Amino acid sequence: MKIIVAIKQVPARDSQLRIAGSGQWIEEADLAYEINEPDAYALEAGLQLKEKHGGEVIALSAGPERAGQSIREALAKGADRAIHVEEDMGALDPLAQARLLAAAVKSESPDLILTGLQSDDLGYGQTGVILAELLGLPHATIIMEVEAIEGAVRVKRELEDGWFQHIEMPLPALLAVQSGISKLRYATLMGIKKAKSKEVRRVTAASLGIAPAAPSIVLQRLYLPERTKRTQLFEGDPKQAAAQLVEKLKFEARVI
Amino acid sequence: MSVLAVLEQRAGAWNRASFETLAAAQQIARELGTTAAAAVLGQNIRGLVNELATKQLEAVYALEHELLKEYTPDAYTVALAAHIDFFKPAIVLFPHTYQVRDFLPKLATRLGRVAVSDVVSHRIEGGELVLVRQLFQGKVNVDVRFAGDAPHLASLQAGAYRADRVAEGTAPIEATLPSIQPGDVRTRPLEPFRESQRAVDLGAAELIVSVGRGIKEADNIPLIEKLAQALGAELAASRPICDAGWLPMERQVGSSGQTVAPKMYMAIGISGAIQHLVGMKGARIVVAINKDANAPIFEVADYGIVGDLFQVVPALIEAIQKSK
Repeated sequence: MKIIVAIKQVPARDSQLRIAGSGQWIEEADLAYEINEPDAYALEAGLQLKEKHGGEVIALSAGPERAGQSIREALAKGADRAIHVEEDMGALDPLAQARLLAAAVKSESPDLILTGLQSDDLGYGQTGVILAELLGLPHATIIMEVEAIEGAVRVKRELEDGWFQHIEMPLPALLAVQSGISKLRYATLMGIKKAKSKEVRRVTAASLGIAPAAPSIVLQRLYLPERTKRTQLFEGDPKQAAAQLVEKLKFEARVI
Repeated sequence: MSVLAVLEQRAGAWNRASFETLAAAQQIARELGTTAAAAVLGQNIRGLVNELATKQLEAVYALEHELLKEYTPDAYTVALAAHIDFFKPAIVLFPHTYQVRDFLPKLATRLGRVAVSDVVSHRIEGGELVLVRQLFQGKVNVDVRFAGDAPHLASLQAGAYRADRVAEGTAPIEATLPSIQPGDVRTRPLEPFRESQRAVDLGAAELIVSVGRGIKEADNIPLIEKLAQALGAELAASRPICDAGWLPMERQVGSSGQTVAPKMYMAIGISGAIQHLVGMKGARIVVAINKDANAPIFEVADYGIVGDLFQVVPALIEAIQKSK
């Protein structure tokens, strides 16, 4: 089975973010980066499928030179080779991102493409599904389990409110994997050593023949949300206090 | 050139975010000086469609087809792409549900557009729609504008708009039979199911209800369990509760237990010793219920009720059930 796993390099989860002077992106200097967590689970799912069924795992990442670090990490964990689309993705819209990825994988004709469910930076949750549409592949998202059957896959998909569903589809296909579905492996010393000699194919938008398209959506202005950490206290009659709290949780905090 | 709300149902029952999207469509249409319409897909959905006909809408579109009985991204995309091509709404809004996340990017691509997903609010600026969404896991906000031609597509975060603001009225029903071929549908969905057994992973929980010493005795734990159930939350505890064996150790939050980062952490009868706080400081929203107004837990709480938990918790369960 030939599996491509799309991984994105994003700012580390505990980063202190500052808005860039332009107001259109964040200040990237001094940031530490890591593999987008949902994509790490997609990679794990890909490596497990390969261990079971044989074949090849190809890591695919689009990003500037620094994304090479995340690619090496994927290779050290067990990916066989990689494709690096060397472009500064920044705030590119998900269609523009998916176009680059589609062009980069077209010649590979993979059986399966795995992506994380969403990125921890832009958080659109769209790139994988768009990639499937651009490549003419069936897809499913929020995947908990993948089982390969003759020329097809049977997946377990998470629905809302604790419901699940199995879905079958022919290969080739694209799956967007849910976070936390298995334990992530660490790279071994041997893996890190081997990664150095693994092939990384570098391409650019120009070498792929992709001309920059006019964006469909524009990030007009980034800003930090206003936070007022002042406790809102409800006292007095328990019934009234409870009703006020539920109202706040539902419509102000929007957590229930 | 109206605002179309695409609503979600499964097996004849509404997804509860649908009416939030309907309210948003009506509001945005009003602000832009145009009209709102609604569309729903499925088979044998007459009852749902009739309910929409009592709302203030220009039209209610019923897209009925046997291939829409079970959701598939392929059939939904074919049906909606044709509908949008034909009726040419200026703006199309969806609830940001798991189902919409599964097909909206595909639909937008089919239409040559990019959808703005997970929108939390909007405003009108110079007659144009500006959408607000969150980046970097909610650490940064961004104003987003559509640059290309209509239709403009967006999905709305659950709770961002209020379902109880839907304006009543009357609306004509337009039934359409989408043209979908069996060969269009490549995925085969099987019967949805629930799982009863679940391992406790507090680290992945979105909502946590946590109980401390204030619960007094083991026999009172079911009260907190009932609250967790009403919220769809995981049950957790502070160290003394687990040490006493009232709840298993795997549910302990704090420096000697699990570190959690839910959307909401509700601490009940927990004073908030630092050993406990380090385990839950990653929570986005902290709610504290404690009879001691000076308990340190209130220093990190966004919302709090000062009172006797044995009175407050039953009232809370009732209020939650009422709000559903």
